[in-house]
Amino acid sequence: MTFYAQNALNGLAYGSLLFMIAAGFTLIFGLMRIVNIAQTAFFLIGAYVGLTLLHAGVPFWIAAALAGAAVMAAGLLIYRVFLHRYHADELTALLLTLGFALMLDDLALAAWGGDPQSVPPPAAFASSVQLGPLVFPAYWLALIVLSALAAVGLRLLERRTMLGAVIRAGVDDEEMTRGLGINIDRAFYVVFALGAFLAGAGGVLGSPITGAYPGLDGDLLPLAFAVIIIGGIGSLEGAYVGSLIIGLVSTFGKALFPELSYFTIFVPVAAIMALRPQGLLGRKR
Amino acid sequence: MTGRRAVLAAAAVGAAVVAAAVPSLGLPQYYISLLTQTWIFGIAAMSLDLLVGFTGLVSFAQAAFFGTSAYMIAVLATQYHLVAFWPALGIALGTTAALAALFGLLALRGEGVTFIIITLALNEIVWGLAYQWVSVSGGDNGIAGFVRPPVFGLDLSGTAAFYRFTLAALLVCLALLAAIVRSPFGLVLRGVRDRPRRMAALGYAVQAFRYAAFVIAAVFTGVAGVLFAYYNEFVGPVNLSLDTAVQILIMVILGGVGTLLGPLAGAAVVVFVSNALSNLTQRWELILGAIYVAILLFARGGLVGIGHRVARVLGAATRGAGPAARPVMSPPPGGRGEP
Repeated sequence: MTFYAQNALNGLAYGSLLFMIAAGFTLIFGLMRIVNIAQTAFFLIGAYVGLTLLHAGVPFWIAAALAGAAVMAAGLLIYRVFLHRYHADELTALLLTLGFALMLDDLALAAWGGDPQSVPPPAAFASSVQLGPLVFPAYWLALIVLSALAAVGLRLLERRTMLGAVIRAGVDDEEMTRGLGINIDRAFYVVFALGAFLAGAGGVLGSPITGAYPGLDGDLLPLAFAVIIIGGIGSLEGAYVGSLIIGLVSTFGKALFPELSYFTIFVPVAAIMALRPQGLLGRKR
Repeated sequence: MTGRRAVLAAAAVGAAVVAAAVPSLGLPQYYISLLTQTWIFGIAAMSLDLLVGFTGLVSFAQAAFFGTSAYMIAVLATQYHLVAFWPALGIALGTTAALAALFGLLALRGEGVTFIIITLALNEIVWGLAYQWVSVSGGDNGIAGFVRPPVFGLDLSGTAAFYRFTLAALLVCLALLAAIVRSPFGLVLRGVRDRPRRMAALGYAVQAFRYAAFVIAAVFTGVAGVLFAYYNEFVGPVNLSLDTAVQILIMVILGGVGTLLGPLAGAAVVVFVSNALSNLTQRWELILGAIYVAILLFARGGLVGIGHRVARVLGAATRGAGPAARPVMSPPPGGRGEP
């Protein structure tokens, strides 16, 4: 029993981390139909920038915010200069973000070297929590709570604010939204910035679990994509549910079938593809 | 038109003869190795072009097929002592076809971008299997300890002999792929690429044609994987990693989508640039990425498109533009631009 509870908590923590990537991914695709392959590269850059800031003595949470802002600036630059012309052309946009992912990957290698680096959690959460028979790192619990808060916050943003209304209108019918005189381009920038910020800040928040090393972005990308396939592309709730499912499946896979743990992710993905290709909470297009 | 075709055929035969003579020209072995790699990755890139350029499906799963057949060769030789070329080739390609038959069923459940995302996830799963299933795949260490078997009694252990063998394989694959894209089947694929709904209305089973193209492309990529296993006499997880999948895709886009020969040129560029630049600078990936993005932004026809443009400027293309490269990449299936 302890085994299952422990792994369930680990899985939720890992899933919470994945949500930081998947949320921006699904928001950006939902509104602009851009598949941002560089999303996990944003995460990696965020983790490295955060690490540099931590070494410079910046407190953890501020480092996360600053790294998020730095990645947001880089993302906005990429969006402004290259991507914003390719909304209607999903394939070109996807292939372009692939190119940027490669370049960011190599830049990170040039800037921060090839050695894997571990990142300490913030001092206030460095201890472990005793939950009955379970011993659990306090920081992982904090991450679960934080990610859930982010999910709720994004949901409120989408449902209860003017910006969210513009985003939802743009998802449903971009042309009509424009026709009503709404400046949807501003929403594009805001959503891309938000997605990049979430990935960048998520990189810092997640790095105590993942560490920071070259190739981390490549390791996370299929997991993020599995999340999207399961949850349904474009759906925020789907991204959250999918993140937790993939977090749990990959953690239990590692514990139960260490030789095949990566393969276990295949099971829910294949099941979803066979039974519900639009994803659990996705809309049929 | 026949005159033009005769010229092209003569040029092709001439190019093949020159290519076959390369090992006798006294070039350093290093360059012969790079050319051998070019022919091998050329097969993989051309087969992906069948999907990207002629069927309108962008797949990131090509490395899974490349690597699976490469691993099959290694596993058969080291664990089952099956070293004879033809049976090993048959089993490797059969396994690859079976994997593609399974993956195609899943991936084609998704339209457009979803298809791409699923192929990427599927590729990573195969990679994960090779990386983690240590008892079969050797994990990160890969599998060594097998050598090139003789084929038709020819000893392939030498660089020159294996070079000629891969060149022959390339020419066979090129001829077969060219025949496929020119066949009625290939024409239907193009229809599926450009106007899937109209093709469906005309009574073509659009998904079945996509599925067939997916499996055929996987088998050709499997041929490349078999050759690569013999080329290195080693296989490792990198052979079926996302990096390899991306490299093959970059070859296609650099060379020119929907041209077959373009991706071969793209393979040459990627193989030579990555090897030559990696001697000069550690940042060759950055440079390759920048070239790739520049091609996407400014030269959508790839190298073939640039060639056509140059030819037009020089006034060389006198009679029409010839079978010009498609200047614009086709939309993903079910994408906009219908009916």
